[in-house]
Amino acid sequence: MIEIFAYEFMQRALIAGIIASVLCGVIGIYVILNRIVFIGGGIAHTAFGGIGLGYLLGKDPLIFAVLFSVAAALGIGAISDRSRVSEDTAIGVFWAAGMSLGIIFVSLSRGYAPDLFDYLFGNILAVSWSDVLMISVLTVAMLALVALFYKDLMILSFDSSYGEAVGLPVRELRLLLLCMVALSVVVLIKIVGIILVIALLTIPGAIGRQHARSLKRIMALSILMGASFVLGGLVASYLLNIPSGATIILAAAGTFFVSTLLAR
Amino acid sequence: MTGANPVSIENLWVRLDGRTVLEDVNLEVKEGDFLGLIGPNGGGKTTLLKAILGLVKPSSGRVLVFGMSPEAARRRVGYLPQKSLFDQRFPVSALEVVMMGRYGRKGLFGRYAPEDREAARLALEAVGMEEESDREIGALSGGQQQRIFVARALVSEPDLLLLDEPATGIDSSHQKEFYELLRDLNEKMTIIMVSHDISAVSTYVKKVACVSRKLYYHSSKELFSEEIEEAYHCPVEMIAHGVPHRVLREHD
Repeated sequence: MIEIFAYEFMQRALIAGIIASVLCGVIGIYVILNRIVFIGGGIAHTAFGGIGLGYLLGKDPLIFAVLFSVAAALGIGAISDRSRVSEDTAIGVFWAAGMSLGIIFVSLSRGYAPDLFDYLFGNILAVSWSDVLMISVLTVAMLALVALFYKDLMILSFDSSYGEAVGLPVRELRLLLLCMVALSVVVLIKIVGIILVIALLTIPGAIGRQHARSLKRIMALSILMGASFVLGGLVASYLLNIPSGATIILAAAGTFFVSTLLAR
Repeated sequence: MTGANPVSIENLWVRLDGRTVLEDVNLEVKEGDFLGLIGPNGGGKTTLLKAILGLVKPSSGRVLVFGMSPEAARRRVGYLPQKSLFDQRFPVSALEVVMMGRYGRKGLFGRYAPEDREAARLALEAVGMEEESDREIGALSGGQQQRIFVARALVSEPDLLLLDEPATGIDSSHQKEFYELLRDLNEKMTIIMVSHDISAVSTYVKKVACVSRKLYYHSSKELFSEEIEEAYHCPVEMIAHGVPHRVLREHD
């Protein structure tokens, strides 16, 4: 079985998968604790507009996915913060509008989009070295932000109204967290695809939370969980010739159900 | 510590969403005071605390804390908000919760240092919770959690402590020792406490004010039924001199 990693595309997939697991493990628990799983979903689907624009302009779609997802994070955050529109309404609007833009852009580019499915459902076997570089840079940036704002994110997640009372810039910090989720989403698009992103972002953290009691231990356990799902899914999809993204998510979801039964 | 009073409020009006919440409030709190704030729900007690914290801006009038603007004085103020509905399974230890109270001294980019940990340990000791420092917050009883939140208010080494309904969630058998803890703390700092519990207020605090849009101040803690009724606009059960007697006169 080891010999399948002799292929360079398998090595790239493995490296990308492990880096993405580190990112999911660290960011995912904040997504769970702040109850912003579906904001993550909205951001991911809005990113599809960027993918489509990339096709239309003939540039790397992931670059535009970054722009669209960050815009979605700021947009959903600002709308639900200031106006009378509730958060889930804002999520729904961005979600559908982003997908629609993507579809229009793709059709305008004469419908020639050979790896469109990879963006929607993920294809870890098609990760390029430049993707690996981008995933690494974004992950290092996210880890640095979490290290820098660890104590502040803790107050925000635990009790934001207390944070406000002691002068924590709650609104700005929440927008920062949403932007971090947006960038994490972009990293994961290549691995599991837009539609499955929120599963990989949240399932490892959810399992970690069932078995560990401190934030740092939950992160460590989530990273291990994420890495085993990616590795397991990667090998299974290669050997059985089934789609990698869906295989990874099913491995994660199956483990989640077993873990939930055990944790009761 | 000399000079300006911990709290000095002149002609404070607060309007929120077009509604007058506080009307022409005047209040001087002196060093070493233990002031109880009572009043009906929605009467503006919490808003008054928030004005002292600088979280609510006056529509007119002036709030000074230690002679400074509330924002500038925030580092000298410890705050226990009304019991919040936090996630009882949140992965955070009692010690980590207490450390959050050091935020005002550290700022956004600051990192916890050994002295912060030491301050948190001392604050836990002050509330008698040093044994529980490594336990998860959700594993503690309601009364223990309130003590942890008092420790979080204390850990910034404040000169003024603002407590909003601090006894909520503490079962009655532990309330006495909780209030005695507050009385001990009062030897070192000024305390303003919002409470529904008029009997506790009359037993433990030094002065009382009723807040019902206006503020009715009592320089002693003996309450008079007329004054309370004026504040509440309804008959109240009240206690003076620690002796309970019901006041159930009908009002129109």
